[in-house]
Amino acid sequence: MNASLLNVENLSVEFSTRAGSHAAVSDVSFTLCAGETLGVVGESGSGKSLTMLSLLQLLPNRATAHATRAQLGERNLLQLTRTELDAVRGREIAIVFQDPLTALNPVLSIGRQITEVLRHHFRLDPARSRLRAIELLARVGIADPALRMTQYPHEFSGGMRQRVTIAMALAGDPKILIADEPTTALDVTVQAQIVSLVAGLLEQTGMAAIWVTHDLALLARIADRVMVMFAGRVMETATCEDLFARPEHPYTQALLANLRQAEGATTAVTADAAARGCPFAPRCPAVADICRSTAPALSRAAHGGQIACWAGRE
Amino acid sequence: MNTWERLLHTKPARRGLLMLLLVIAAALAAPLISPTSPDHLDPGARLLAPLSRSAAQPDTHHPGMLHLLGTDSVGRDTLSRLIYGSRLSLAVGFAAVLLGALIGTLLGVISGFFGGIIEAVTGWLIDVQLSFPFLLLAIFLLGALGGGKTAVICVLALATWVNYARIVRSQVLSIRNQGYVEAARAAGAGSMRIIFIHILPNTLTPLFVVASFSMAQAILTEASLSFTGLGLDPATPSWGTMLNDGRDYLLSAWWISTMPGLAIGFTVLAVLMLGEGMREVLDPKAAP
Repeated sequence: MNASLLNVENLSVEFSTRAGSHAAVSDVSFTLCAGETLGVVGESGSGKSLTMLSLLQLLPNRATAHATRAQLGERNLLQLTRTELDAVRGREIAIVFQDPLTALNPVLSIGRQITEVLRHHFRLDPARSRLRAIELLARVGIADPALRMTQYPHEFSGGMRQRVTIAMALAGDPKILIADEPTTALDVTVQAQIVSLVAGLLEQTGMAAIWVTHDLALLARIADRVMVMFAGRVMETATCEDLFARPEHPYTQALLANLRQAEGATTAVTADAAARGCPFAPRCPAVADICRSTAPALSRAAHGGQIACWAGRE
Repeated sequence: MNTWERLLHTKPARRGLLMLLLVIAAALAAPLISPTSPDHLDPGARLLAPLSRSAAQPDTHHPGMLHLLGTDSVGRDTLSRLIYGSRLSLAVGFAAVLLGALIGTLLGVISGFFGGIIEAVTGWLIDVQLSFPFLLLAIFLLGALGGGKTAVICVLALATWVNYARIVRSQVLSIRNQGYVEAARAAGAGSMRIIFIHILPNTLTPLFVVASFSMAQAILTEASLSFTGLGLDPATPSWGTMLNDGRDYLLSAWWISTMPGLAIGFTVLAVLMLGEGMREVLDPKAAP
């Protein structure tokens, strides 16, 4: 395996409320190697987006992130100064957000929004940043990029807008691309186009990527490794093949079983990362006494990945 | 159809714009179109009614000058003073709106974007400003500053900045949580960049509407301040001072006060109609 690019250990995100602090993400650890695509899967509220936002210090005001390590190359992501942060955001790590309808500024032309990123990170002059922006738009499959540059977001369809936000993310020539459910707000047919577009771009550039989604089937197509999250914790991490062929965690097994049946008949549980014990215990088929009292830490799994489960670990 | 074209297709906006352009043209071309200097005294032609001529000069054979709108108590031509007065009224109005918008927008953006103590202080300033009777404040300030063009502009700006600050602040509060602001932040843009490139352009639309309405307010207020003798120097040809000049002659020489009054009404109506049109075009909720 290649050298690791991003190394996160025991990342927690806490919201301070009047009722005290509430953990939304607990002890998340993962590494991302150069050129690798890591899929992060989990249901709504499992903390996958928060984990990503915390890496760029984009958390809402009342949330704070702690980690024993959040290493990007030499730097600790959680201890950057403002200027260092502005240089990392977009340049080292770029994010493509879920909703392309709101991710573009309605009063600025598409060209202006892309050149803005170029000028900020590379100090390009207007003529050169314009050429580069046209190049980027062409790369994300937008026809007649020179004309489209002058248009405004409302003149673009949802899929086209998402292509533009991808172009904006590529503008900083980042080492890591975080795709935070980039296809959720799109039509099914457009989803497929965007996924293959990004997959193709990743292959061309050799960029590492973290793809956040709740769609396990999608990850089967594009991810090298998959991290399964539930209630703010990592349940299991494994290579894509292993996870689908030999899922070890009962939660992953349940997810896959659901996928095969194509129906969502699991009982709802209140997911609370702050609760004692394994968050999946209330609906786990293999639950033991210890699951209810102590949360299992991540440890090596039989398939070579990592798993947080007491079962088979006596 | 872009905003500008739509504006021209709205009836009140088109009429208001036309009327305002007329006033602006008069102000710009004042030396060319005014019959005589606004300060030219002609003791022989005092209190002449509109359409009358002054007496012929004894040593020439020219007939006396035609005073289309009459003369005032010291024999100055009302039309000339009216035309030159438009310069002052417009200049003071524009300058006051510009200054007020600048201060108000800046404070509104800063307080909306950063929140915290700055927002608390700005909110407090706004409340103080709103609870203070404006005329009282104006009398106090003009008394202290001693009148004059600059002082009047400052006082007018002080009266209107609150409108901008409140509107901009509320706009910023909703814009700063928009996806594209977060996206810009994620792309490495700093606070200043986000404010000037992503937030300010989005607040401009309502700003234009507020600006047109405060322009009307500024012209009116300037006139009333000058009328009360607090504003501009009584000798300057301004619509407000002219109103004041004619006060003693309201019954005997009605034109001295009436003409500038009509001019004020015309200009304010023009600006208000333009503003109404802008509101119609720019605010989708107000569309019929």
